[in-house]
Amino acid sequence: MKRLLGEFTKGIFKENPIFFIVLGLCPTLAVSTSVNNAVGMGAAVIFVLVFSNVIISMMRNIIPDKIRIPCYVVVIAAFVSIVEMVMKAYAPALDKALGVYVPLIVVNCIILGRAEAFASKNPVLASFMDGLGMGVGFFLALFVISSIREVLGSGKFAGFAIPVAFEPAAVLVLAPGALLVLGLLMGGIKWIKSLRS
Amino acid sequence: MDKVLAILIANIITNNYILFKFMGLCPFLGVSKQTKPAISMGLAVIIVLLISGIMTWAVYAYVLLPFHIGYMRTVVFILIIASSVQFIEMVILKVSPILYRALGIYLPLITTNCIVLGVTVINTEDFFAAGRPIAWSFAYSVLQVFAAGLGFMLVLLLMSGIRERLELADIPESLEGLPIAFIIASIMGLAFMGLLGIK
Repeated sequence: MKRLLGEFTKGIFKENPIFFIVLGLCPTLAVSTSVNNAVGMGAAVIFVLVFSNVIISMMRNIIPDKIRIPCYVVVIAAFVSIVEMVMKAYAPALDKALGVYVPLIVVNCIILGRAEAFASKNPVLASFMDGLGMGVGFFLALFVISSIREVLGSGKFAGFAIPVAFEPAAVLVLAPGALLVLGLLMGGIKWIKSLRS
Repeated sequence: MDKVLAILIANIITNNYILFKFMGLCPFLGVSKQTKPAISMGLAVIIVLLISGIMTWAVYAYVLLPFHIGYMRTVVFILIIASSVQFIEMVILKVSPILYRALGIYLPLITTNCIVLGVTVINTEDFFAAGRPIAWSFAYSVLQVFAAGLGFMLVLLLMSGIRERLELADIPESLEGLPIAFIIASIMGLAFMGLLGIK
């Protein structure tokens, strides 16, 4: 039980996919202009990550070693297609906002990376916890970046205006702002870590 | 002619896939430490983009659309891209071992480069308007993948030049490595935006 909990929590801090392993940047940066988009994308990634981890872990003894990558990609792509169709049907506004970045979840390195590094070698339950932990870690990182960008860049949080009046720095909502926020955040985390040791 | 120029400039500069759409960031950060590998990676991406761009276009236009199975796009495209990367690798190995030694290790990485899937998916959304001739759609799709590849290579080259010099610069310790690379990319993006004029 303790081990399973460990698989869950490692993705949130110690091996956070975005800040420490630096995987899955493309959707992170592109959809973090507002908290709403970030939550939608985070939920989609958690779904795909958990289910593809479980399925791949179930099939880990059947899949021949040589063609494992194409097999993983097909499993992942199937779940992404499910997300695409569900999103188109029930959340068309979110689907419009996320646009091409929904199909791009397929090539999000976090998912293929976890399939290759974890799910292909570990039992189903552990893979489930690993997928959930990594997904939640991704979700939280995305939430932090999008909060900073939306609050400072457009003076809102999740679409609601903030009561404090200030001139928002519009550059943060533009594409270069995403790179700047991520670079400074990563530098800040490194700095705090160096203070501790 | 105006439209051709517009696509070229948009894809290479003002709407660059790395700086503004964040596609292909992983190889961008991984291979931009030196100029030479950056050139090889850029070339490899252009080749893969052209070939998989043409193939995905053909499959979308002649298989997925006529049979009304457009929702299979993601699965089909990623398989086409993965297999065409494998195929290109084999051809290059057979035809030119020297080129293979230069590009070899970069080719497999391109499968998970978002730029390939991204541009091909964007093509299906941009260039399949009803009532347009099929040759129009094909020409613009090929133009777009080519311009996207050129834009990727341009930014990769610029970045590798900057990072080579950065080796000698005195940077705050906690910003060394990736953080400073992101900040530089951000400044580069701002400079590219100057060509557009911020709205």
